[in-house]
Amino acid sequence: MPDMKFKLKIWRQKNEKTKGSFVSYDLDNVSPDMSFLEMLDALNKRLVESGKEPVAFDHDCREGICGSCGMYINGLPHGPVPGLTTCHLAMRYFNDGDSITIEPWRAKAFPVIKDLIVDRSAFDRIQVAGGFISVTAGAASEANAILITKTKSDEAFDSAICIGCGACVASCKNASAMLFVSAKISQFALLPQGHVEAKARVRAMVQEMDRQGFGNCSNTGACEARCPKQIKLTNIARLNREYYKAY
Amino acid sequence: MNKILFSAVSKKFVMALAGLFLLLFLPVHLGINLMLLKDDPQPFNSAAHFMATFPLVKVVEVLLFLTILIHVVYGITLQIQNWLSRPVRYEVSNRAETSAFSRFMIWTGGSVLIFLIIHFFNFYFIKLGLVEGDPENFYAIAWQLFTIPGYVILYWVCFILLGFHLFHALQSAFQTLGLNNDFWTPVIKGLSLIYAIVVPLGFAVIPLVIWLIK
Amino acid sequence: MITLNAKIPEGPLEEKWTRYKSTTKLVNPANKKKLDIIIIGTGLSGAGSAAALGELGYNVKVFCYQDSPRRAHSVAAQGGINAAKNYKHDGDSVYRLFYDMIKGGDFRAREANVYRIAEVSNQVIDHYTALGVPFAREYGGTLDTRSFGGVQVSRTFYAKGQTGQQCLLGAYSSLNRQIKAGTVTMYPRRDMLDIVVIDGRARGIIVRNLLTGEIERHSAHAVVLASGGYGTIYYLSTLAVNSNASAAWKAYKKGAAFANPSFVQIHPSSIPQLNEFQSKLTLMSESLRNDGRIWVPKNKGDKRPANDIPEEERDYYLERRYPTFGNLVPRDVASRAAKERCDAGYGVGETGLAVNLDFRDAIKKHGKKVIENRYGNLFEMYQHITGLDPYEEPMRIYPAGHYTMGGLWVDYELMTTLPGLFSIGESNFSDHGANRLGASSLMQAAGDGYFILPNTISNYLSGEIRTPRIPTTGSEFDEAEKNAKERIAKLLSIKGKNTSTTFHKRLGKIMWDYCGMTRNEEGLKKALKMVEELKKEFWSDLMVPGEGADLNQELEKAGRVADFMELAKLMITDALNRKESCGAHFREEYQTPDGEAMRNDREYSYVAAWEYNGDDEPVLNKEPLKFEFVELKERSYK
Repeated sequence: MPDMKFKLKIWRQKNEKTKGSFVSYDLDNVSPDMSFLEMLDALNKRLVESGKEPVAFDHDCREGICGSCGMYINGLPHGPVPGLTTCHLAMRYFNDGDSITIEPWRAKAFPVIKDLIVDRSAFDRIQVAGGFISVTAGAASEANAILITKTKSDEAFDSAICIGCGACVASCKNASAMLFVSAKISQFALLPQGHVEAKARVRAMVQEMDRQGFGNCSNTGACEARCPKQIKLTNIARLNREYYKAY
Repeated sequence: MNKILFSAVSKKFVMALAGLFLLLFLPVHLGINLMLLKDDPQPFNSAAHFMATFPLVKVVEVLLFLTILIHVVYGITLQIQNWLSRPVRYEVSNRAETSAFSRFMIWTGGSVLIFLIIHFFNFYFIKLGLVEGDPENFYAIAWQLFTIPGYVILYWVCFILLGFHLFHALQSAFQTLGLNNDFWTPVIKGLSLIYAIVVPLGFAVIPLVIWLIK
Repeated sequence: MITLNAKIPEGPLEEKWTRYKSTTKLVNPANKKKLDIIIIGTGLSGAGSAAALGELGYNVKVFCYQDSPRRAHSVAAQGGINAAKNYKHDGDSVYRLFYDMIKGGDFRAREANVYRIAEVSNQVIDHYTALGVPFAREYGGTLDTRSFGGVQVSRTFYAKGQTGQQCLLGAYSSLNRQIKAGTVTMYPRRDMLDIVVIDGRARGIIVRNLLTGEIERHSAHAVVLASGGYGTIYYLSTLAVNSNASAAWKAYKKGAAFANPSFVQIHPSSIPQLNEFQSKLTLMSESLRNDGRIWVPKNKGDKRPANDIPEEERDYYLERRYPTFGNLVPRDVASRAAKERCDAGYGVGETGLAVNLDFRDAIKKHGKKVIENRYGNLFEMYQHITGLDPYEEPMRIYPAGHYTMGGLWVDYELMTTLPGLFSIGESNFSDHGANRLGASSLMQAAGDGYFILPNTISNYLSGEIRTPRIPTTGSEFDEAEKNAKERIAKLLSIKGKNTSTTFHKRLGKIMWDYCGMTRNEEGLKKALKMVEELKKEFWSDLMVPGEGADLNQELEKAGRVADFMELAKLMITDALNRKESCGAHFREEYQTPDGEAMRNDREYSYVAAWEYNGDDEPVLNKEPLKFEFVELKERSYK
């Protein structure tokens, strides 16, 4: 396949305190098999070799599971293909000569640290507030002692696969973190192991979510549409139910 | 207590309940309005009279105004919070695949509120004696208003926007109340669509029919 | 010369761990609060041990380079986690799991350690289930298992193709619980730059805050490395691109012996390289070999599309060579067999560096639905990356660097040769010998973290209860911080023309070509020279823009690559030393007439623990491996 050319417009910001701006770059010799991050690697190689600072972005596993990467590409978190993280987005999904605007996630709760890197520690704080089942190592009973129907267990899995990338917040017009929080609440609500602490958990996690400055859910469904792991809106409904039950 | 009443989930809960209550009220109002289509003003006027004087309705009326107030205040508060949650906007506007109706609730809701205020001036305040007019003959007032083309156009536009608002509102309320599953949600979405078309259409045909009769 | 005392408890194999636990020294609850423990890494072993130690009441500080502990690379493990539950009633037992691992590791692991990990495997499954890890279940509500390579029982618990993610998130949740409880403090976005040794004991670390560039000092009564493996030395590997050897390497340079560095597992099924900028190779889980059949054309250079090649012209070479295990031979065997076919000119795809993994027969037998249910997410991932549909045509796969069996030498208590420094999970060498069986890395990491280290570390810490909190103002901290800062300044000052990634790629190519799936003396010696030259070039032509006192990803990379340059030498040295073939270490000079590994138990039945010796050659220390409970056999999967 022939090489491709792109016009990139990338948000550059030195650190949290300074103001940022968009910088344009032309990039050619992009192979359609390259991932979006590899395309940026190619740009960065060029920048570094000429002594300039490369575009900073979070990334690690590059196979769609660690949740590190995430960019707002042409108006869409993780780019145009639903169900993919940025690291899995191949350049063949773009057209030769396309202009691509790349922005960091924007939310009050996710301040920009540098270029395309944002601080997502708010997510960790929500999980610390209650995203766990309190069982001490050694205290567990035999794994098959509690039977769980396959349907329930599979459903819990579908909620549990959230990678914590923040695309739900990035795509929500209100920068709400409800999908993220509801995925964890749902996982534990669907499993008997999670029931003991269900009430305390949902109260604590919702309270922490509010404290972090995320917006409110207005059921637009943007999060579901842009979640790379296709976590469903039904989780939010379940979170709501769990919350009412907790009072 | 604060946590319960003002958490992100509770605020939505209140919004949804208030909204659903208003959704119940609309068909009642529509039912009375349809009496405008009769040549005889009597049924409409006595219905209006009944609504204005029957004690139980009085209680419901207070509840209704309270609901509207809560729905409006909460709606505006939530919206402001939501705007503040993203202090720096995106350069390229969000293209996420969502229904347009869901994204403009504050605007469709706001338009409905403006209409409501006009509506109060036209009818409700007369009843309260704040504005001049005959509270026993709303039939005539309504017929008279529907002869003003500008008013009718405004009326139609507002009801189209109300339809948009209702389409998202009904299904959204169920989601907020935690009533979402793979089987019922599509059904509720279907019902939302029907409701959002039938009710505003019912209101909107009244001036049209009146025009045609004339 | 250091003395290697493995401290293996006396007694019968199955009683050693119980005896150890009942006789080891403990720390009373009031004293635990006064003892600080530093943990590097938040994968299955790091997060697990942090949680367990926090639960016990120790004061724990945890560090990771990612922005969140939930991103540690354990997250990417796909296929499953082993345990000897025998839920399938197929003859499994702790002993059989132990034996499979010893054999799978080609008799180069320590019996007592392996038996112990097999023993705790069941507790790990119980614990994860209790933590809410949604493992796959049968319709009756019990846990399901599947088969993995190198064994004849079904003992692998799984959560679709995301077992690692689910286990890691379980560990992350237990870590969070302790953070909330205040027993654990989390320090994300930190790179460990050095270990601080005071009076011969590990007492602290120097880290760089990756956000601010600030150099920080942290002290503790014991330091635990849970920093993972060094497979990214090949540049292209199945690992997260930021995974690195630096923490372990710094430990080595401060006195912890490095064991069997050349034992690296090359995973047989990854998506082949597609472009020159490729930054990683994506794994296709071993579980696929349960249903997929591996083949190449019988005719050399047959470039027809796979589906046009008739059955009689296909060479199912694994089934042909290993009729007993067929497509489920262990990873090292499968990788070498693929390399053998490709080197002989039978490879497929444009480069000829790929073999087919075909699901045609499985789809015919079970239907597309069943296959989709089992591997749907992997198939989708394959399609997104390659643009090819594996339901319609075979997947193309090729081996890729994956897991390092080698690592820091540890005794039975998981302590390195540097007192007070422990190493758990992939960062130690202990349980997999010369080759790891599928789904046992999660088992080992979780077992080490939750159930072994918390029991063994108390033996060391019981001697520390009178040591007050260690100040970070001592000269040892000054010295370590100065060294770390000097190195950063040096990396920044070169101002050459090439990026650290460019050097990393070149290093990776050397290691892949000469110290990868197969090795020989000539190649290894050549590689040693090439690495030496590359290292010089690195230190004179590296370009790191920006400054140290800032978020600087190029600087982070450069530091890691600099360490890889040194580690590469040790890997090659180890590979040269081991004049036998065992497990993943295949020396071409030592093979049977039909191309199988030829072990030399008389001379090489030992763990090679390398000791840092400044600028001089490292010193080889040998820990002889005594097999008291199993009989050494030729490892055959035929």
